[in-house]
Amino acid sequence: MHDNEHTSHHEESFIRKYIFSLDHKTIGKQFLIYGLIMFFLGGGLALLFRWQLAYPDKPLPIIGASTEYMEEGEVVTGADRMWERIYESEKEEWLEVNMPNGVVDPAFYNMLFTMHATVMVFFVVVPILVGAFGNFLIPLMIGTRDMAFPILNMLSFWFAVLAAVIMTIGFFVPGGHAAAGWTGYAPLSSDAQWTGVEWGQILWGLSLFVQGLSSLVGSINYITTIINMRAPGMTFFRLPLVIWSLFIVAILLLLAFPVLSSAIVLLVFDRLAGTTFFTPTAEGGGDPLLWQHLFWFFGHPEVYILILPGMGIASELIAVFSRKPIFGYRSMVYAMIAIAFLGWIVWGHHMFQSGMRPGLGSVFMTTTMLIAVPSAIKTFNWLGTMFRGSIRFTTPMLHGIAFVSMFVIGGLSGIYMANTPVDIFIHDTYYIVAHIHYVVFGGSLFAIFGGIVFWFPKMYGRYMNDTLSKIHFWLTFIAFNCTFFPMHILGVGGHMRRISNPMQYEFLQGFEGMNIFITMSAFTLGFTQLILVFNFFWSIYRGKVAEQNPWHVNTLEWEAPTPVPHGNFVQIPTVYRGPYEYSVPDEEEDWIPQARPEHAPATSGD
Amino acid sequence: MLQWLPENVSTFGQGVDNLFYAIYYITLVTLILVIGTLITFLIKYRYQEGKKADYIEGSTTLEIVWTAATTVIVFVLAMFSYPQWNNIKSPTSFPENPDVVVQVSGKQFNWDMTYPGPDNEFGTDDDLLLENELHVPVNAVVHIRLTAVDVIHSFFVPQLRLKQDALPGRIINVWFEATKAGRYEIPCAELCGFGHSGMLGYLNVHAQTDYDAWVQERWPQ
Repeated sequence: MHDNEHTSHHEESFIRKYIFSLDHKTIGKQFLIYGLIMFFLGGGLALLFRWQLAYPDKPLPIIGASTEYMEEGEVVTGADRMWERIYESEKEEWLEVNMPNGVVDPAFYNMLFTMHATVMVFFVVVPILVGAFGNFLIPLMIGTRDMAFPILNMLSFWFAVLAAVIMTIGFFVPGGHAAAGWTGYAPLSSDAQWTGVEWGQILWGLSLFVQGLSSLVGSINYITTIINMRAPGMTFFRLPLVIWSLFIVAILLLLAFPVLSSAIVLLVFDRLAGTTFFTPTAEGGGDPLLWQHLFWFFGHPEVYILILPGMGIASELIAVFSRKPIFGYRSMVYAMIAIAFLGWIVWGHHMFQSGMRPGLGSVFMTTTMLIAVPSAIKTFNWLGTMFRGSIRFTTPMLHGIAFVSMFVIGGLSGIYMANTPVDIFIHDTYYIVAHIHYVVFGGSLFAIFGGIVFWFPKMYGRYMNDTLSKIHFWLTFIAFNCTFFPMHILGVGGHMRRISNPMQYEFLQGFEGMNIFITMSAFTLGFTQLILVFNFFWSIYRGKVAEQNPWHVNTLEWEAPTPVPHGNFVQIPTVYRGPYEYSVPDEEEDWIPQARPEHAPATSGD
Repeated sequence: MLQWLPENVSTFGQGVDNLFYAIYYITLVTLILVIGTLITFLIKYRYQEGKKADYIEGSTTLEIVWTAATTVIVFVLAMFSYPQWNNIKSPTSFPENPDVVVQVSGKQFNWDMTYPGPDNEFGTDDDLLLENELHVPVNAVVHIRLTAVDVIHSFFVPQLRLKQDALPGRIINVWFEATKAGRYEIPCAELCGFGHSGMLGYLNVHAQTDYDAWVQERWPQ
């Protein structure tokens, strides 16, 4: 389709090249930077509520110090200017409303954790894993020049930008942003009178609806591209595992997101059109559990959307830096398919205590615990891949190892929640908060960090600074565990999630010190991420120039010249073997690229 | 880690705790084995000059072994869990003839406790409404008709190992039998609005004589 494009060096305008780009690599990088920006928004929100949890009702030092400014009305931050424009009639200082005297207001607290999760799930992890890595890697790794539908691909990114804009506006509307949890349980979310949140909840829904469109066109594109545009010789069972994971995730996104979109439409009807889909009324009306069923029917596949590409990335890193084939490649693929399939029949485990018929709880417990099986297969295969390998402790590999060990903890802690009787006690406590963060931060984010360092030379033609990368890794690894491991203990103590002041409860008095420790670790974790961002942008311009295939990797993206030109490959490669032919006996080198013809003389991958 | 569990004071709580401990030891052993193996591999198979990795594509035997082993463990765990779960949550297996029946209704941001009074019927003149205070006798079967008037709340008594969401428009039956007199907190465990944090009731478990005295005081004969 673009066969001749690489030969014609037509100059593209700045806008075509960097803004409304059709090139999958540029779109991938756009998603990456988009995700990193939103990562700071989501993280900042978390630090604010962590402050409140450690020091309930004490003013945050920075904001507290600016009280005099607020009295003089001179806080002219960007946020305040925006506030004035949108909300001129009832001019109140944004900070004064949400953080009177620097103290996090309880309603503001609810908004903070709601938006923390919404931003992290929908605007950070999915855009980076699926949007950035999916776009950048799929055409390069399957050996084609671009996505099947470049214009849809561009739309996918700009829908995501529109969604982020709508989501950001929500912070500045009267009544504040959505504050009913990222799960938006009705009737709390479906009627403004219960929270005082007016437009925030509607913008939240609208934004996710638009983000759904972005995911939808993106996933159609991924599926079509992977099915139709593989290079000659690239059979399905020669696909790298990260491509398998993105393929499976695209199918999940395609099927799952419309369910959330439909539920959101019903929710907005409830809010604006006076319907009662989710509210029981004297005449009958709807049912709050309907929202939960719809949300989690989307939400559980969504959880696997968050982790599967991480598993794919980790598999690449571990195979490459152990210099060994993936142990049990096919069972890795089947395990991912099994996880994706089981993902559709476990949503009820979020609803064990919801009032759903108890018999269903037993059914969902069984299906949920079965997920331990493919998860165990994957873990043991990663270990098998390292077994008798030649492990290089590069920064990407450190992240890969961290992924496996954190995923093991996150996976094992899931068994507690899957078990219905134990779940009675730990449901909606910090145990689940620890679990989700071990899976999504300890899992997905370590894979993201590892993937960024690993593919950075191909993305930008330069290395990231390794010293900074290593410092970032170790600080993140330590601060992450100090932040989230103690949350298991809070959960065992019965500490509820989503409460703004644990000191209101007699049985939680013993946890004050632990909460302070967690908050300090969380701030360390947050500020450590500045190292990553500095390193990222600095290395784009100043990093050491990278050769074409610095890590000696077999997969096709490293066949492309660096920096990768429009159209990717000088000549479309032909694939002769699987992606993990490392340390083949009787070969001089410990790697054989997928595109090297049989019996051809070895060429170094300069 | 489990020493942080609050004291258990319900008849079914021990069953929950036993499962908690069982899973704790199963996962702890698994964790130690997996992380131990990982660290061993990282040290033993680290890059060494002139040493090449072994080309191993996999092992069908091992795949079958760990698939089967995991499947067996989760099914055994599930078998032990079904009866506990049914005992606590399934209305058909509740102990019959409760000693006390109370309606508990969550509303922003209080627990309303309604006692049916001596006639044992709700909606009559002798009903008693108490805000945030639930009184029950020790070693007695208590049935709770749980509901909510506005949004979803969740009735949580950590020491009873009991949690159940309260839904508007629905009455959900819950039971427990407390084994130790005392005053226990009833936090709301489901986000219910800006007053969610601090929505707190109390469960007062009295010795039978104290409870009889309390009843006598409320409904003088």
